[in-house]
Amino acid sequence: MSAPEFYGAGFPYREIGELPGKLIVLEGSDGVGRSTQTQLLRRWLEDEGFAVSDTGLKRSDMTQKGIEEARKGHTLSRITMSLFYAADFADRLENQIIPALQAGFVVLSDRYSYSIMARDIVRGADPDWARQVYGFALKPDLVLYLKADVSDLVSRLIHGRGLNYWESGMDIHPSQNLYDSFIDYQSELIMQFDQLAEEFGFVVVDAGRPVMDVFADLQDHIQNLLEDQQPILEDDF
Amino acid sequence: MLRKNTTPGKLIIVEGIDGSGKSTQIDLLYKWLQSQGHAVYFSEWNSSALVKSTTKTAKKRKLFTPTTFSLLQCTDFADRWENRIFPMLKAGVIVLADRYAFTAFGRDVARGVDPEWVRNLYNFALQPDIALYFRVPLDVAVQRITSARAKLKYYEAGMDLNLSESRVESFRLFQQRILKEYDNMVNEFNLTVIDGNLTVQAQQRLVREIVKHELEGWKGLPIPEGSPFLSAQADMNAGKGSA
Repeated sequence: MSAPEFYGAGFPYREIGELPGKLIVLEGSDGVGRSTQTQLLRRWLEDEGFAVSDTGLKRSDMTQKGIEEARKGHTLSRITMSLFYAADFADRLENQIIPALQAGFVVLSDRYSYSIMARDIVRGADPDWARQVYGFALKPDLVLYLKADVSDLVSRLIHGRGLNYWESGMDIHPSQNLYDSFIDYQSELIMQFDQLAEEFGFVVVDAGRPVMDVFADLQDHIQNLLEDQQPILEDDF
Repeated sequence: MLRKNTTPGKLIIVEGIDGSGKSTQIDLLYKWLQSQGHAVYFSEWNSSALVKSTTKTAKKRKLFTPTTFSLLQCTDFADRWENRIFPMLKAGVIVLADRYAFTAFGRDVARGVDPEWVRNLYNFALQPDIALYFRVPLDVAVQRITSARAKLKYYEAGMDLNLSESRVESFRLFQQRILKEYDNMVNEFNLTVIDGNLTVQAQQRLVREIVKHELEGWKGLPIPEGSPFLSAQADMNAGKGSA
């Protein structure tokens, strides 16, 4: 159990207290296999007897509709978009993630503030400004960075769900075709992720390998973290 | 610290707690500047269409925390800033804003967010050429608001802060905190204090003097004939055959 630490001032108006749960974040590019790994990890952790809550960058109830509408109209300017996403993330952090940690859950977060920061910076946001905006972000117990080359991402997506407008950064490379734009945009994002990884101490996991090999690595890192954590054991009942 | 305005436009803003009379004053200023033949654009706090539905839902269902409230209001401001205010300033227009970043620095800090954090959020905004702070005693403002309105709204009254069960009392305590923040900002952001106890006319005379001084020798965006910017003036001069 540990007192919460934040990147900046956190939520000064709120007494959060000790957090018995653990916050584990999976970060990495679009198409790198985060959601597959999240599913595998959830099942495994539940089998081990942990109460697991997974949360992704899916929208919060509060902002979901507004952000979808704004994206449809493509009327979101750069700073406006950054702030709208920050509001969305803050809502989930305060109303979902922190309460789950207070209740003792292992929270698996598919992406975290880092992804939003990386996207903002690639779109031209001032890197210092972006870091300070997320001064309310709780420091995770573990950030696992699934790292792959752009060529890996392309082959995964082409054989999977395909390339899409936003994941290709078409909003900032409007004159290019989807493929070239994807390569440029995702390469820039990877550069940002690499910087963030160093700055914030991510554990880098090579995601350019078979799913079960990556999973085994993730399990190792998580096992170390959860060593002292009490699972709910069948014997207790 | 906000960056200096180096655009060809002029940015004039009004601040003050609810019931300070600032909206009346900026409305009078707006009409006067138009009648003087200036291109003027007016922007109001919390008026972006982009976040309207989100704000409405969150208010109705009481979903806001001080942080999300702050971020969403800044989103609203950013939308107006990027798509209206800043382009207008670049074009050489006089932009009048009823409330500005200082409202966030006052209200959000009164709600408990970190003062430096919220100042950083708005650091894309420029320091206004004129920032007028209408200062009235708390009692006067509370009296004006409570007599003019059937019922104070939940967030307006600061009910989310759990200061008091009574909306009027909560409103008073909330405004008191904001007043303190404003007073601290006078030096920090070079706000020009206008005594809100003066008559409407006396205040407007002061406002116009300050604005006139600022606009001395300044050339803004020329207004072409038939422009909607001129419509107010054209209406006024209709009988005389406007040029």
